[in-house]
Amino acid sequence: MTRKSRRLWLVCACVLGLGAAAGLTLNAFSSNIVFFMAPSQVRAHPPGADRTIRLGGMVVAGSVTRTHEGETPIAQFDVTDGQAAVRVRYAGILPDLFREGQSVVAVGTVGPNGAFTASEVLAKHDETYMPKEVAEALRASGKWDPKYGKAPDAASWDTMTVKDARHDLAAARGPKDGQAE
Amino acid sequence: MSLMLTEKMGGPELGNFALALACCLAGAQAILPLIGAQRRDARLMALAPALAVGQLVALAASFLCLVGAAVSDDFSVQNVADNSAVAKPLLYKITGVWGNHEGSVLLWALILGLCGAAVAAFGRNLPSALRARVIAVLGGVSAGFQLFCLLTSNPFQRIWPAPMDGQGMNPLLQDPGLAFHPPILYTGYVGFAVPFAFAIAALIEGRVDAAWGRWVRPWAVAAWCFLTCGIALGSWWSYYVLGWGGYWFWDPVENASLIPWLTGTALVHSAIVVEKREALKIWTVLLAIGTFSFSLSGTFLVRSGILNSVHAFANDPARGIFILALLALVIGGSLALFAVRAPMLTAGGLFAPVSREGLLVLNNILLCSICAVVVTGTMYPPFMSLLFGKTISVGKPFFDATAAPLAIPLFAFMAIGPMAPWKRAALWPVLRRLWWAAIASLIAFAVATFSMSGVLPVLATGFAVWVIAASITDITDRIGLFRLSPAQSLSRARFLPRAAFGAALAHAGAGISVLGLAAMSQAQHRIVEVQTGTTEHLAGYDWTLRDVHDEPGPNYQAIVATIDVRRHGHLVTTLRPSKRDFASQHQTTTEVSIHTNLMSDLYGVLGDRHGSGAAATYVLRLHYNPLAPWMWLGALVMAIGGALSLSDRRVRVGAPRRARTTVAEAA
Amino acid sequence: MAEDTPRTRRRVLMAAPLAGAAVLGVGFWKMLGGMEQGSFDPHNINAPVLNRPVPDFVLPDQAPGRGFSASDLRELRTPVIVNFFASWCIPCIAEMPALIGLGRQVPVWGIAYKDKPANAAGFLAHAGNPYARIAADGDGLAALDWGISGVPETFVIGPGGIIRWHNAAPLNDDLIHGTILPLVERLTS
Repeated sequence: MTRKSRRLWLVCACVLGLGAAAGLTLNAFSSNIVFFMAPSQVRAHPPGADRTIRLGGMVVAGSVTRTHEGETPIAQFDVTDGQAAVRVRYAGILPDLFREGQSVVAVGTVGPNGAFTASEVLAKHDETYMPKEVAEALRASGKWDPKYGKAPDAASWDTMTVKDARHDLAAARGPKDGQAE
Repeated sequence: MSLMLTEKMGGPELGNFALALACCLAGAQAILPLIGAQRRDARLMALAPALAVGQLVALAASFLCLVGAAVSDDFSVQNVADNSAVAKPLLYKITGVWGNHEGSVLLWALILGLCGAAVAAFGRNLPSALRARVIAVLGGVSAGFQLFCLLTSNPFQRIWPAPMDGQGMNPLLQDPGLAFHPPILYTGYVGFAVPFAFAIAALIEGRVDAAWGRWVRPWAVAAWCFLTCGIALGSWWSYYVLGWGGYWFWDPVENASLIPWLTGTALVHSAIVVEKREALKIWTVLLAIGTFSFSLSGTFLVRSGILNSVHAFANDPARGIFILALLALVIGGSLALFAVRAPMLTAGGLFAPVSREGLLVLNNILLCSICAVVVTGTMYPPFMSLLFGKTISVGKPFFDATAAPLAIPLFAFMAIGPMAPWKRAALWPVLRRLWWAAIASLIAFAVATFSMSGVLPVLATGFAVWVIAASITDITDRIGLFRLSPAQSLSRARFLPRAAFGAALAHAGAGISVLGLAAMSQAQHRIVEVQTGTTEHLAGYDWTLRDVHDEPGPNYQAIVATIDVRRHGHLVTTLRPSKRDFASQHQTTTEVSIHTNLMSDLYGVLGDRHGSGAAATYVLRLHYNPLAPWMWLGALVMAIGGALSLSDRRVRVGAPRRARTTVAEAA
Repeated sequence: MAEDTPRTRRRVLMAAPLAGAAVLGVGFWKMLGGMEQGSFDPHNINAPVLNRPVPDFVLPDQAPGRGFSASDLRELRTPVIVNFFASWCIPCIAEMPALIGLGRQVPVWGIAYKDKPANAAGFLAHAGNPYARIAADGDGLAALDWGISGVPETFVIGPGGIIRWHNAAPLNDDLIHGTILPLVERLTS
């Protein structure tokens, strides 16, 4: 076995291996890539029924209905991107973080009637996000103290009165505001 | 005692100081021994081990200070206030130290320091110049990460005024599996820094030989064992905590650990060829550099927020720029050195395509092809988004369609490899020795064809059995079981190198894992919405929802379902899946209930409750997961195999004298 | 290459990993730069809103300002800021000083989201009024079309009513001086 023939073998094997990898990759890219689409894009250019897509947007408040088919629970809801809404049908357990008015990603296919059948629903919700100013204001108002655990979520801010909030802010940022005005 | 002391002295400041000190020591460790090795100055070279140990001591002190602050609830430390709370159990106060970005960077640095000290301790029989250079390279990488820790992710930052209590920890993270996952995984990642340092040192010296191969391999094997365990632990965690019934999601975070594992596996194998035959030297050096580069870039790119992951880290682009600069320095620098020096390395021994070397080359080609596919799939979405503004995702179907077909030939040849002779082999005698393994795998093929759906699972089952049977054959052949008397076999087994047992065990472990994966593709599940008292049928079991009740927990409110699982009328087990509502954190977690008999898992998840009173219905998800535990058991067996080959006499006794081998080669 | 000796071929081969890593590195660097400016965000699933015309809407006046519609935005030849706020929203109060500062340099149009007109007017009287025009979106339907997930959210609308930038968190001085004003500068020229 000479050096040259050994090299030939090596090059052949490498080309074969990487070629197979490249071929498989290209083949998989043509059929297995999941495009992300917004509801308006789905409306404008509906993908083929065999094409899996990821539909992303907000869950329209008040659009969630739950029914059964036999014993299988079915959830239906609208997902919107602000331009158009798509009805999503999902058989299964919605994730813990699924909420109306929150961002959601549904993986599935668009049927001939334009309805979306999801095989998977992913909710993304960053519950730890709390702007610093808000945290300050809440703390100063006595609405929230680190002693009593995590800060309240955005929903409970609604119930604060304007007066409360203004007072909180003045207390939290008092001297700074004075300088600004 | 020492904790109290640090607290009195202002623990966090002491920790910060120790970290800065470690950084200075690491800087000195990076420069002085390198100069010493260049000038052949024995005194400067002798500084290397001392500096490495000093750096480790300083880092350990710094880490203990952070642990001390967390244990003593010092909420004036930002990191503790953000991630801990008085009510948190002690165990999670400690493990929570590395459950966040800053703490995990410090842990990373600590493990890197440990690696440097380990080379100093175990590398006594290395040539002094090589040892000095290896320790210097490790010091350089350490210094970079400690600087990163100090400048952009300082865990000792104070806040004023200190809050009365911390913000607590994500309930999802309060889990023993996740608590010990990072240290093991990081040890795997960081462990590959040692082969990397050996590669750089070899490039500086311009010499790679059999002795180098033998020195590098144990470090690579050790890191590989930890990485294997780390990946398996992570997968197991997502299986029993996330409650989706899945074990691997091809998420960027998971891929970031799989990519270095693939190249690391290739490295472990190609280093054998360097050690035994002095071939594949340049390739092995490149693999050593590549594996550590992938370890580094994967984990840190996930943190910079470029890769979109389910697992959220706080994203900070400024931090990202620092990371990128550091990666450019470490990876770019080492690859530039490689580009300059590698062409000067001499080519090694010759071998025929069909030989042990040839099969190891094939192993490397296939592993690297799989790696290339995974890298492409992981990097494609961000690059598409950057170049064309298209948002796409590459998920399980892509990886199934690409990685699995490449893994099949890998397993087909994996069985033959350890039995083929070096230099030149004929395929037929090897195959003849494997006759009963071939029969076993044919039977497995036949059984799988009838009981499984899909081509890939059937092929995977057949080849997994093929690999396991071949590993057994390899050992029984070598010790002459059934050929010789039992006493003779026993004495042969005693003198067989443990590395041979290790390799066979690791291969069998891979086979066991693949069997588990193949069987899991046949998992069955049902999602139902039922009232209490209803019975469901799945996979030959009757699942009865007997009762659902509320149960208060320490800081949560739980609903617990009781599901009786019967087979042919006999009670098999009672599953108690639950849902916990952490009111103070506005978070719900799902507690899966799993019953395993090692051959299959019965897996129950409780979903939403609809309606109330006696008419209330509950959503249940029921899974039947055949051979699920085998996936992780196989990984454990692989790691044990690696550990066994580490305990080999040849490794323990130490490396060969280098001069003799090279002189012999030259002569 | 004219001189394709095995030696140079070897050198080129050995430099290939460096070149590959460099290409990836430049890509990552661009992505990080894009993330800082907000033009590249792999986590943002609402990205399609960017570089699209504003959705159709017509909204009534909210005291003390005048309401506006999508066509008002589309007729503009200069950039404006559109900010969703509510009197019940504490982060909105927090961002008000920054918004007032911004309003001195670029027109800011406000939309009161799910708010009682009297409350919103009172809020602006106390917290300060940065808005050139203010519309009331009492039932929050227009906001739905904009794809907002809460208040405050801010959009930069380029000439012709194209959404050029979107932020779903309170504004601060860093964002204003680092991102919004440079962007407005570019859109104006």
